Amino acid sequence: MIKALEYFFEILRGAVITCRHFVVNMAFHILKVLGFKVKRRGAVTIQYPEEKKEIARRHRSLHRLMKREDGRPRCVSCMLCMTVCPSECIFIEASEDPDPEIQKVPAKFVIDLSRCCFCGFCVEACPEDAIRMDTGKIEVADYSRHNLVYDLDRLLQ
Amino acid sequence: MDVLIAVIKIVCALIWFLTLTLYLTWLERKESAVIQDRVGANRANILGLRLIGLFQPFADAIKMIFKEDFVPPFANRFLHTIAPFLSFFFVAITIAAIPFGDTLIIGGRSINLQILDLNAGLLFILAMLSLGIYGIIISGWASHNRFTLLGSMRGAAQLISYEVALGLSLIGVIMVYPSLRLQTIVAFQGENLFGWIPRWGILLQPLGFLVFFFAALAETKRVPFDLPEGESEIIGFFTEYGGLKWGLFMMTDFMEIIVVSCLVTTLFFGGWQVPWMAADGFHFPWGGTWLLPHGVVVLFQLAAFNLKVFFFCWLQILIRWTYPRFRYDQLMDLGWKLLIPLSLVNIVGTGVIMGIVK
Repeated sequence: MIKALEYFFEILRGAVITCRHFVVNMAFHILKVLGFKVKRRGAVTIQYPEEKKEIARRHRSLHRLMKREDGRPRCVSCMLCMTVCPSECIFIEASEDPDPEIQKVPAKFVIDLSRCCFCGFCVEACPEDAIRMDTGKIEVADYSRHNLVYDLDRLLQ
Repeated sequence: MDVLIAVIKIVCALIWFLTLTLYLTWLERKESAVIQDRVGANRANILGLRLIGLFQPFADAIKMIFKEDFVPPFANRFLHTIAPFLSFFFVAITIAAIPFGDTLIIGGRSINLQILDLNAGLLFILAMLSLGIYGIIISGWASHNRFTLLGSMRGAAQLISYEVALGLSLIGVIMVYPSLRLQTIVAFQGENLFGWIPRWGILLQPLGFLVFFFAALAETKRVPFDLPEGESEIIGFFTEYGGLKWGLFMMTDFMEIIVVSCLVTTLFFGGWQVPWMAADGFHFPWGGTWLLPHGVVVLFQLAAFNLKVFFFCWLQILIRWTYPRFRYDQLMDLGWKLLIPLSLVNIVGTGVIMGIVK
């Protein structure tokens, strides 16, 4: 009997908790509608396409290739990123560079984003700081797969 | 002329009922969102006009109407089609006996603000609510699916066992009030207790109110008692339905909420009575009077009835978003071992107290 009463008390307490949430949140919603400036919002929701959260600086977003001062890619086709890539989505074809200090440049540099897992190992592996994942673009979805295969020109932009 | 008035009353009541049903879906989404610190559905718009999602029910309705009307090949076609309409009809017809207000006098003609002034209005509503079980059983049976049939059997068992508690809890009410006619019941609650407390049913029958409210919650088949449906986990009686037919079952649920709110309001919270308001205006217990024209009084009554009904709809949605589902044996225990004995105690207690007072 006592135990049943305890349950009854807990049931009432649950109702009080949801009721409190309702009243408090509703009060803040109404204050906002009436034009008052309040510190707390009625809801924690972020209305995504209109309202975006700031992306953290270390966030791994879409890749980009860095350029030298003269506009050519920094990449020297050392194949380290291609080797370290766990999902094997990077493909590099090297060609000769006339500058003996550089020796190799990529003729093709393709990242297949439909396979990429955004682990960032390529960025860690690169000795020339040629590839970075700091564009801040996170909306890379597309309707067709071949649009997700990024080549050298798109990566250099 | 009488026929015209009757038609106008029916149309108005149905528009009120169906609009409120549609907007209860909106209220359910928004209220649950506010409870859970969310925003809720707010994307449906007309030409970019969002209005905090007020168009959402219409978007839902259009989506449901244009879905394919699919009948599984193994189902009994006729019964499968008729079941949602049965369950919808028996709930929709109960609105006929609900009193929305006192008599309205226009041009010397007095109009009772109730579609159907039955002598046994309370029994009529209870009977129609019980008949709603046919929709459940037929839908489970006609679907020719064992799990669906099990769901409808669970529903039938639950509804029948709570029907007992519901009926017994109302016997105390019937003992206290002089009539089964709902207008008389509401008029009875217009007087004052000890000269200053409105004589509402909740004060005369607090235990009866609790038992009635729990049993009625179980009758609506919503979350703490949603074993017949079990939207997310257990397979319920409308598994084989889609589109508009499923929508009818869903609407039936929301209409039951409104009917339960109307009943609770009418029986226990004074119906359309505003505290201390008589037919000619307010008579405050501390001596003041505020006389009002007849039209304003009727508006006050309609507003009071609507306000009370909205409050109980809100309360039921709050309950639905607070509690987890009962286990089946707990559900049966609550019905047979707690609510029915309590309602019997209520009957005996009411009898004893009435005997002493007389």
